Amino acid sequence: MSEVRLEDIIKPENKVYSKTDLLTDTVMHYCPGCGHGTAHRIVAEVIEELGAQNNTVGIAPVGCSVLAYNYFNIDVQQAAHGRAPALATAVKRLMPDRLVFTYQGDGDLAAIGTGETIHACNRGENITIIFINNGIYGMTGGQMAPTTLPNMKSSTSPFGRDVEMMGNPLKITELLAQLPGTAYVTRQAVHTPAHVRRTKKAIRKAFDLQAKGAGTTFVEIVSNCNSGWKMTPVDANKWMEENMFPYYPLGDIKIPAE
Amino acid sequence: MKELRLMKGNEAIAEAAIRIGVDGYFGYPITPQSEVLEHLMAEKPWEKTGMVVLQAESEVASINMVYGGAACGKKVMTTSSSPGFSLMQEGMSYIAGAELPCVVANVVRGGPGLGTIQPSQADYFQATKGGGHGDYKLITLAPSTVQEMYDFVGLSFELAFKYRNPAIILSDGLIGQMMEKVYLTEYKERWSDEYINKTFPWATTGRAADRGNSIITSLQLQADKQEEVNLRLQKKYREIEDNEVRYELINCEDADYYFIAYGSSARISQKAMELAAEEGIKVGLIRPITLWPFPTKIIRELGQKSKGVLSVEMSAGQMVEDVRLAIEGKVKVEHFGRFGGVIHSPAEILNALKTKIIGG
Repeated sequence: MSEVRLEDIIKPENKVYSKTDLLTDTVMHYCPGCGHGTAHRIVAEVIEELGAQNNTVGIAPVGCSVLAYNYFNIDVQQAAHGRAPALATAVKRLMPDRLVFTYQGDGDLAAIGTGETIHACNRGENITIIFINNGIYGMTGGQMAPTTLPNMKSSTSPFGRDVEMMGNPLKITELLAQLPGTAYVTRQAVHTPAHVRRTKKAIRKAFDLQAKGAGTTFVEIVSNCNSGWKMTPVDANKWMEENMFPYYPLGDIKIPAE
Repeated sequence: MKELRLMKGNEAIAEAAIRIGVDGYFGYPITPQSEVLEHLMAEKPWEKTGMVVLQAESEVASINMVYGGAACGKKVMTTSSSPGFSLMQEGMSYIAGAELPCVVANVVRGGPGLGTIQPSQADYFQATKGGGHGDYKLITLAPSTVQEMYDFVGLSFELAFKYRNPAIILSDGLIGQMMEKVYLTEYKERWSDEYINKTFPWATTGRAADRGNSIITSLQLQADKQEEVNLRLQKKYREIEDNEVRYELINCEDADYYFIAYGSSARISQKAMELAAEEGIKVGLIRPITLWPFPTKIIRELGQKSKGVLSVEMSAGQMVEDVRLAIEGKVKVEHFGRFGGVIHSPAEILNALKTKIIGG
């Protein structure tokens, strides 16, 4: 058997996947196993498919994805903690033909930014909100988030979230689906290839609806935080399926009438 | 012939915004400045010039809408009064840090806390010393007439875009609420997308393929890089201090004493000056128009050669600290002012001059 050489493998005809040009070559700071990188890739791929690089403004949050602007090859504004929907509101109203989206974590969107989130959705701002829910503050070192599960341990709930003392996890996505301003509200995941495909479809649908002026489109991605949860990436995904999904069930919560 | 109209100060701000071609106004009601948003909603400028007007859910939201709009290279503004302006300080710090142009008017009322809805000048420190976290400065203009409320909207945008820095109109409930005649200017067209794309390559207009992607952020995690950002900001602030000081001198030719006063207090001090003249006391008035950059040089030049200086402000004594820095202890400097919403009378100012400076 002849020896297989690297140059025999790395050939254009053998290429099955290319990184979209809408992601920069900057090395991501995300922890190995984290869902953010996959979610970024999906967003970038959908923008590329829509041919919208020259027509898109993204808003980055405060949290793990605060540096998202280093990874997207599009115009990005970095907002104060929780305020991304307010920025997006102004951007879209001042430039209605642009594709405008926010990318926010659970602390940003469902704690400090609850007011901005609810009111942007209630006004039916014609923007897309991409919401990464991993039930913890990852960037600051694993503190309790509004979406931390009952009895789940974090650095500020070291004995588990006591709902009597700390309140229950906030299902903000179900809450937002109640508002007349939201057109499309869905909850997805990115931990398996099948879920990646579904999430990509959801983001495409959200951006398409935005282009039609349907109102606020909202895509929650239930994700992991293996560093904050103190688990291996594989265990974290298993824990997410067994604990997060029952509390935050995947699927469409609100879809527009055809 | 110029169009002349009797207007409230707050209405003048709103009318100026429409006529100079502002792209977006985002505001939240608070007394004594609600007429700005009311006037805009009644005038429907979106039908005339395409200007966006939106009532936000809070001052926190409105300043962040201003941040988003400013980041697109658009002329955007908000207005508020003291408690609302306090809520905006986080956003102001981000806007200053990201070096974005915008205009914010604070129609000041008495504080602290919920305070009162009556006029005050007790937000001087907050406006001129930064107000939020970090080392930053806001260009601060102090109108003393309704006409200046109108004129300073355009001037503020001019300075804000010249230096990519937020500009503040620091007014008070008196000038916001009172009616005076105002000469209005012609309607100007808003900037086109093409103009913004060409003139402001930093703006996030969503045109990444044309010019590479633009990023608006105030984050720089590496300390040495963040220091570089700060050094650049400080260089800009020195440039503004060198070039943009504005003030008015009234009866300063052979004055023995000076009043230093801005906004409403400058007008009341002018009357006190007349009362003083009737008694043979020669007082001049130095009226700072820019509170930052502060007219330190002229106050130093004139004040150090005088017999004493009275800083008049509707506060417990804020601007007086800058006046003292200018005078460098060479002559007596005192503060006078009623506060908490009380407006001092000309007679009270003259009396303070006599007791604190002349006889003090």
